[in-house]
Amino acid sequence: MRIRDLFEETYFALTANKSRSFLTILGIVIGIGSVIGMISIGQGARGSIESNIEALGSNLIMITPGFQRNVGFGASAGRGSAQTLTSDDAEAIIKEISLVKAVAPEVSNRYQITAKGANTNTQVVGITPDYAEVRNVQVAEGVFVSEQNLKSEAKVAVLGPTTRDDLFGENANAIGQTIRIRSMEFKVIGILQSKGGTGFGSQDDRILIPLSTAQRFLIGSQRVSMINVQAIDQNSMALAQEQISALLLSRHRISDPQLADFNIMNQSDILSSASSITDTLTILLGSIAGISLIVGGIGIMNMMLTTVTERTREIGLRKAIGAKQKDIRKQFLTEAITLTLIGGVFGVILGWLISLAISKFGNINTSISLIAVLLGCGVSAVIGILFGYYPALRAAKLNPIEALRYE
Amino acid sequence: MIMIECDNITKVYKTDSVETVALKNVSFTVNEGEFVAIMGPSGSGKSTLMHILGALDTPSFGKYFFNGKDMSELSDDELAEIRKSKIGFVFQSFNLLPRATVLKNVVLPLVYSGVLKLERERRAKEALLSVGVKEELFSHLSNQLSGGEMQRVAIARALVNNPAFILADEPTGNLDTKTGEIVLSMFEKLNREKNHTIILITHDRNVAEHADRIIYLRDGEIIDDVKTLKK
Repeated sequence: MRIRDLFEETYFALTANKSRSFLTILGIVIGIGSVIGMISIGQGARGSIESNIEALGSNLIMITPGFQRNVGFGASAGRGSAQTLTSDDAEAIIKEISLVKAVAPEVSNRYQITAKGANTNTQVVGITPDYAEVRNVQVAEGVFVSEQNLKSEAKVAVLGPTTRDDLFGENANAIGQTIRIRSMEFKVIGILQSKGGTGFGSQDDRILIPLSTAQRFLIGSQRVSMINVQAIDQNSMALAQEQISALLLSRHRISDPQLADFNIMNQSDILSSASSITDTLTILLGSIAGISLIVGGIGIMNMMLTTVTERTREIGLRKAIGAKQKDIRKQFLTEAITLTLIGGVFGVILGWLISLAISKFGNINTSISLIAVLLGCGVSAVIGILFGYYPALRAAKLNPIEALRYE
Repeated sequence: MIMIECDNITKVYKTDSVETVALKNVSFTVNEGEFVAIMGPSGSGKSTLMHILGALDTPSFGKYFFNGKDMSELSDDELAEIRKSKIGFVFQSFNLLPRATVLKNVVLPLVYSGVLKLERERRAKEALLSVGVKEELFSHLSNQLSGGEMQRVAIARALVNNPAFILADEPTGNLDTKTGEIVLSMFEKLNREKNHTIILITHDRNVAEHADRIIYLRDGEIIDDVKTLKK
């Protein structure tokens, strides 16, 4: 049997029962479409989280307080509970470690903020001027916290754009206005540039004030809640991290690194832990979609088995006039693969539409990878072979005498 | 020249624990160009014999030689090859593909022989015209035809591969007497003019008498083998 004739027979058989072929194809379309859609959502989520993390700054190392450990068998307080990380530690790091380009200690806490009757609850972060460079933030209007502000413990504040919107109304001019944090008045001197993004890693809803002001008037101690360190380049990150660790251990008089009262993280650590979350998410979404693909495959098998039964006499006749087993097997297998391939093509289109709709109406920038498309088509062909093989084999093995007698 | 030789053919069907003997030591020969009717009541084993003669089945014991070749030793695919190139089937219930056109039905055996499309259609049209199917019916769906037309199409399908021998199983069983006569005279004509060897299976004496020779079967055994008075 010639290949061309095989396709002609397939076309003839599939168009003979159009509505059934259509519904079977639909099963595969939904399966492949949702697999591609879900994978693109997963990859989109990964991309947006990665860009959020990269927006934190470059060559960033972050030091946060760790456990406060007591000698003996005392209960360990929670992570981050240690009060031992101070501004002096930050100064020591920049002074003593040559691989460090800049440090930016910060202390943060949430407060209720009021301004002209409006109020909001947000993060107030005490920072130094270097924070702008280390954490890659810029002001859109006004000025950033200056060295002078820091020295004079000035009550000035730089607002995130979201906070400004909450307190003064959308895009209102807030420079020179006054806000109240814990009944103290702060003058607004700048508005941050929006970093975009919502939820995880949003840096638009916060208030920056000088570190010294925060420590004196809000916290009441020299402690800091994080030290941001910028290494001179990517390659010196690991070494810088080691040296910082050693320095802080000796300053805090801790001999066993296991008992360190601080944690050091770098950007790639954060990135890899976030990636592992999104990877798990992608696998989860993909496998849920995969189930619908399998259901679609079973639909193919169901249709092919029905077809074989319905066309028993036809198969008997074909065998009587000289069709070999392999001719019959090829014919039914080609029908199944054609169904799934058509389904695969439309499934890719559906998946593309899903991801397009999600980037448009959702908040995730989805991306369709070539791999997902190839995977979709490949998987659909494999499903055709897998679920079409048994019905095809059954058709090929039919006894022509019994098949011809079949009513 | 001998075309078909049955040598002590026995066919036993086993279902669960019951053994049914459908054919018992059947021996006969058919020469090239003969028109033979195999006649018997239902249950006489004539269908079983037809399946063996048509290379759809193999005997349990004994040997069946077709053109001198022992068919009992061939594989399924080898039997399919013989059916494709040497045998034309005509069935009682026509067995046309219902949703296919007349032309497509007749072309079908040639598809499996790998004949190219244009040549296929030329030969199919020739076969259809030779059995008196008018050209305007070629593009009709086969289930729109009358019984007589369907059987003509089926005969055209049997002829299209130019087989050495035509095996007809109750070809007039689903037709009225008048149409049946036309179909039978067509077989006679094919035998006489084109020298096709024809074996016709029937339970009807009137049908059988169109052949040159009648083999009577009863309970799986040949009880008589006579020349008709026709010629």
